[in-house]
Amino acid sequence: MNGKVFGRSVERLEDADLLQGAARFIDDIRIPGMLEAAFVRSPHAHAAIRGIDKSAALALPGVHRVFVLADLMPHLQIERLVVGLPSKSYKQDHHRPALAGDEVVHVGEPVAIVVADNRYVAEDGAALVEVDYDPLPAVADCRDALGAGAPRVHRHAPHNLLAEFALGYGDVDGAFGGAAHVLRESIWQHRGGSHSIECRGAVAVHDAMEDRLTLWSSTQMPHAAQRLLCDMLGRDENRVRVITPDVGGGFGPKLVFYPEDVVTALAALLVGRPLKWIEDRREHFVATTQERDQYWEAEIAVDGNARILGIRGNLIHDHGAYTARGVNLPHNSAETLPLQYEVPAYRMNVRVALTNKVPVTPVRGAGHPQGTFVIERLLDRVARELKLDRAEVRRRNLIHADKMPYTTQLKARGGMPIILDSGDYPKCQHQALAHAGWETFGARQQAARAHGRYLGIGLANYCKGTGRGPFEAVTVRIGPSGKVHVYSGAAAMGQSTRTMLAQIVAEQLGGKMENVTVTTGDTAAISMGMGGSNSRQTVIAGSSAHAAALKVRAKALKIASQMLDVAESDLEIEGDRIQATGMREKSASFGEIARTVAGTAGYALPAGVTPGLEATEHLVIDDMAHANGTAVVEVEVDAETGAVGIVKFIALHDCGRIINPMLVDGQILGGTAHGIGNALFEWMGYDDNAQPVTTNLGEYLLVTATEMPHIEILHHESPTPLNPLGVKGIGECGVIPVAAAIISAIEDALMPFGVHLAQAPISPAQIVALIEAARERMQGTPTK
Amino acid sequence: MSETRNIALTVNGTRYEREVEVRMTLADFLRQQLGLTGTHLGCEQGVCGACTILFDDYSARSCLMLAVQANGHQVTTVEGLASGPGHLHPLQQAFRDNHGLQCGFCTPGILTTLVEFLREHPAPTEGEVRVALSGNLCRCTGYQGIVAAALDAAKRLQADVESR
Repeated sequence: MNGKVFGRSVERLEDADLLQGAARFIDDIRIPGMLEAAFVRSPHAHAAIRGIDKSAALALPGVHRVFVLADLMPHLQIERLVVGLPSKSYKQDHHRPALAGDEVVHVGEPVAIVVADNRYVAEDGAALVEVDYDPLPAVADCRDALGAGAPRVHRHAPHNLLAEFALGYGDVDGAFGGAAHVLRESIWQHRGGSHSIECRGAVAVHDAMEDRLTLWSSTQMPHAAQRLLCDMLGRDENRVRVITPDVGGGFGPKLVFYPEDVVTALAALLVGRPLKWIEDRREHFVATTQERDQYWEAEIAVDGNARILGIRGNLIHDHGAYTARGVNLPHNSAETLPLQYEVPAYRMNVRVALTNKVPVTPVRGAGHPQGTFVIERLLDRVARELKLDRAEVRRRNLIHADKMPYTTQLKARGGMPIILDSGDYPKCQHQALAHAGWETFGARQQAARAHGRYLGIGLANYCKGTGRGPFEAVTVRIGPSGKVHVYSGAAAMGQSTRTMLAQIVAEQLGGKMENVTVTTGDTAAISMGMGGSNSRQTVIAGSSAHAAALKVRAKALKIASQMLDVAESDLEIEGDRIQATGMREKSASFGEIARTVAGTAGYALPAGVTPGLEATEHLVIDDMAHANGTAVVEVEVDAETGAVGIVKFIALHDCGRIINPMLVDGQILGGTAHGIGNALFEWMGYDDNAQPVTTNLGEYLLVTATEMPHIEILHHESPTPLNPLGVKGIGECGVIPVAAAIISAIEDALMPFGVHLAQAPISPAQIVALIEAARERMQGTPTK
Repeated sequence: MSETRNIALTVNGTRYEREVEVRMTLADFLRQQLGLTGTHLGCEQGVCGACTILFDDYSARSCLMLAVQANGHQVTTVEGLASGPGHLHPLQQAFRDNHGLQCGFCTPGILTTLVEFLREHPAPTEGEVRVALSGNLCRCTGYQGIVAAALDAAKRLQADVESR
């Protein structure tokens, strides 16, 4: 359904400024009289605070104030950031304090804020704040944390079990009882930080004349930030404005509201001057939320034909020291595992463990890559044990297109049943495999082995609910200037949100992208907003934008019909005008039309028309649109060094109807690169005392251009019936099947050694160690 | 207040004389004192490459240099690449056409890196482009659009030379 702009790779609205250094990121905001802040952070994973001496810092020229929790308490209605998503599974609550009081529970936890003339002096001052710590035992490993004698992450807590729940349905034990084959895997998975190239930041200004507090924050959720600031500072909504400026990448952790946001805002109020805090990269490693460890014990029962009878297991999830988002991550992981396959019975017991580490919250993919990894590892295992092709095992178990919509027996975190709305999973797998040359790979692999080269191929399927509801707010307004203005509670963080909304609106209102302006991420522009997360903005905000644009279009046509004395059915919209079809001389501009309903004192509006040329929509969509796809990857493994080279990568995705092919491909490419990092490079390390050991980008490896293969992207389009555009989210999808496919490929390459892989990421040293161990087991050389 | 020194330098063709603290980095000087906020800081230790500028026409990490080191030198930042308002540099236009940027935060450093690279390698291979980019981190694009943009820009620049 390609239109004037819908379905086309139109240029991005964002690019011109970004390419010329004219964008405005958080650190680009400078306000006259502005001071700058640095935070004093805990160097200990766990310690009691016996006292804080600010005197040396305050004596430093250029330092204005130093605030600790006790200084802020009189001004806080609530001293903790209560942000966790609701769940009945919590055993205890551990909300982050604005600043640490008498105990720190992870390295990097903020203890004090130093306000100074500039950041250089603020950092000097922070180094002079003397905190008297009494170190306490810390817990680094989430499995150890649940052991009987484990030190407590919070010294006064009864234990380290934050939450416990089970997901499942059907008679699982019965399914296992009669199964022809039962296979078990112990799997470790780890993801790391988001590492947007821009770190976090906040700039706060209190306008005393209007008693209005404005916070610019690099947040993905400005409306939630406004609500929390109001709650914590005891101010009403009219007195707090939150603006998200240009954001240099989000990838999850920027959806969280942080102590630094509220403390910077409050400190600006108390000092009476504008105040800026910009996170540096080391702080990003220790104070911005991450994803980390999951340990799975999973069993699969299949019949003699490799058809799944049941899956069961246990998952221990590293939660970090505080609840900064909730139990949604392990919930997503456990929910994803059986999603795209016919699994008659399922039970996953989930335990969420506190550790003395920075809190865990979603990073692009949000638990879905891990659940996908586990099911795909189990299916590879089934194939190996039953001596079947890995693709064939999946073909026998994937849910077929003729069963759509398919009501699963799973419930989403809000209690709604999970329904797979659309898609053709077997066809997607088939197309990806055909493109990759799956059937002929065996011959190439054998030929390479004859030359001592180890090639492997792997595949993984995924399915993900996108577009989490309930709604997003969008206003579309044509002003007297004739410009089309779009305002949304959606938040842009680099994924072309403004272009996407403009395309949807322009399609209905003249098809002229340059005539559309889009404002996102400003609580003063629109009263409600959910923000950016969960691959939701195109689905939810896009749908509202479409609905609002249709209303404005209908009204503009009605007014123009009266103005031009032409029937509505004989009118067309061209650029920024409405004209009698094919007759530009008989036309009215958007500006003229808008002025007729802007009102003239004492004169009537056109008949049957309400004032103003605008519409606001909050389309409510609770069910999620399920995207799916298949990744097929070919690798070459150097058995001596453990190095893994990606030779070929096929990424097939179905995100429903595509609004802008160029932007969709961009999202897939970025997600895929992130997944390659998760498979081979990214590891957020901690020692046994929970001291982080990877705290810069030299130690923590992000994928660079030389590790990236050329990614071949294929599309399958199954429009969802859940929204008027037929679109599904794509922002996170790229990442989901990648680690599973790569690990499968490495295992395939190392089949001659009998190496079995049950982890991601995997490093060259670990691959070499596994080969050595396998060689010792086999006491011989690899078979050809 | 730490020690200060007077410096004079040329940035994007304009000469500036300023008194700066000796410990101020060149990146902070460009951003805070000259208001050229197109140069971005992603790690402040020379790994990510977002702060890359051209220093006497050669790429350099402005986070690893002090402002005083720029005394008497020429600096080009991302703001100085386009020939004028509305006239993107061919490399910038190639980035736009090939979706070589998403959030755009790493982009200024990548553009300056590639301006130098394409000057010295007017007809590069894809592999050479990837090596040239290996000192710049991008979290959004998977580099594919950036590589395509660089190769496209090389052709455009070559065509410009031939049409002269």
